[in-house]
Amino acid sequence: MWSRAAFGIEAGSFTAVLGPNGSGKTTLVRMILGRLAPSAGRLEVFGRPPHRGDPTIGYIPQRPVFDPELSIRGRDFVELGYDGHRWGVRLAGRRRAEEAAKASLEAVGADGYAGQPLGRLSGGEQQRMLLAQALVGTPRLLLMDEPLSYLDVRNQRAVVQLIRDVARRRQLTVLLIAHDINPLLEHIDHVLYIASGKVAMGTPGEIITTERLSEIYSSPVEVVRDSRGRVFVVGLEEEASHPHG
Amino acid sequence: MVDAALHLTIANPTPSWNPFDDLAMLFHYDFMVHAFQAGTIVAIVAGAIGYFVVLRGSSFAAHALSHIGFAGAAGAVVAGLSPVVGLLAFTLGSGTAIGALGNRLRGRDVTIGIVLAWTLGLGVLFISLYRGYATEAYALLFGEILGISERDVVVTLVAGVTTLVALVIVYRPLLFASVDEELAGAKGVPVTALSIVFMAILAVAVTEAVQVVGVLLIFALIVTPAAIAIRFTSHPPYAIGIGVGLALVFTWLGLSIAYFSPHPVSFFITSLAFATYLLVRLSEPVRRALR
Repeated sequence: MWSRAAFGIEAGSFTAVLGPNGSGKTTLVRMILGRLAPSAGRLEVFGRPPHRGDPTIGYIPQRPVFDPELSIRGRDFVELGYDGHRWGVRLAGRRRAEEAAKASLEAVGADGYAGQPLGRLSGGEQQRMLLAQALVGTPRLLLMDEPLSYLDVRNQRAVVQLIRDVARRRQLTVLLIAHDINPLLEHIDHVLYIASGKVAMGTPGEIITTERLSEIYSSPVEVVRDSRGRVFVVGLEEEASHPHG
Repeated sequence: MVDAALHLTIANPTPSWNPFDDLAMLFHYDFMVHAFQAGTIVAIVAGAIGYFVVLRGSSFAAHALSHIGFAGAAGAVVAGLSPVVGLLAFTLGSGTAIGALGNRLRGRDVTIGIVLAWTLGLGVLFISLYRGYATEAYALLFGEILGISERDVVVTLVAGVTTLVALVIVYRPLLFASVDEELAGAKGVPVTALSIVFMAILAVAVTEAVQVVGVLLIFALIVTPAAIAIRFTSHPPYAIGIGVGLALVFTWLGLSIAYFSPHPVSFFITSLAFATYLLVRLSEPVRRALR
């Protein structure tokens, strides 16, 4: 995928992972989760090699929405995030799972609809459920694969704000894969840009510039800012960076 | 001949208005007692596993298992073995294969359908090879609950308890993987192994259920009760409870009605299941308005 990539994510920071499709963003997620070993090199999560089922990682996989027919309550889903990997039925640990889920649901403001079927919730509500699920237990890292891509602009802003607030309160490190940097711009500390087999890390101001991105893509691209401060990267069409044009 | 004459006289008793007399009549004969015993075990297992079948969207796989099992059963009869042996071997084999394909693989249903069509063809061949085929085939296709022996009941009980215990052991991770396989996998749940184990449990459950409702009518006990239950609650243990309860009611009522009528048990069980499902779906707008 990429080579000579050396970077560290500061504990307690909010980092956006950006880059065109197929650049290896999801590969990075799978490596952090311990589901894929790097073909060469080394990766550490809080000083340890990644392993499956790491309780220090709260994970939100990439998914459009849940099946509307999925008949399980949001609360059950969050409880499964707590102890769903254990065998058997929940007996003695039931109270603990319920309390952990309740605290997590309250932290994201989703306790009001936690009794409703997951499939019937709106996209924004489902994303909050996924966040509650990721927060349950004691994670130190929030790993999110495109949690904003299937939301409208208003929900995107609300979810980002929520992630930022929760992460600050709990001192969590956030690694968020995104397609569009704009809803994130005012909240993130760092950008990890992956493209053309290269990885660049820095503050948004350092990375999202015409010079740096042209260097990363090895082709001239231009970063344009509009009057409201939104950022657009132009000139990637020939790079086939955007699948739909 | 004596058997047949006896069967005729007991096949059409008339119910009285005294429910105690009716119940006494119902349980007067061993074959009815056995039918109720086996039916109860099968209904509990089918209702419980049906919840996961519906939640995972595996109802086609469940259906296919029973049909593939039919070929196995017919083959076993030709080979002079018990049909249950062939049924179990084929459902277990195909179940683990389907499980290994994964739960959300695109095109899985097409693959299952292709294998299913071929094994049904095999089944037809086996039936034609076996001479006195009509009754055996009929029993496999539509169930033969009134012909269950005491030994069959014991075998069903052992198989039923085994499947329930297995289901309890895998309950939480299976629920997790059924809701979100990717997430469960990241949390350390062995999703592929679990998918195989689930299909193996389902294979045993299907083999049991075939005795009651037959290969063609398996949906009525495995899928319909669970499909109704999830329309009432999205709380998993409640949904499983309602599913088991409905499967029991369909089986018990079906057996009782069939006892006092000349028509087959399978017809009543499947009709009760269908009518209930229809009623629940049609009453949904009304119930929503009342809420």
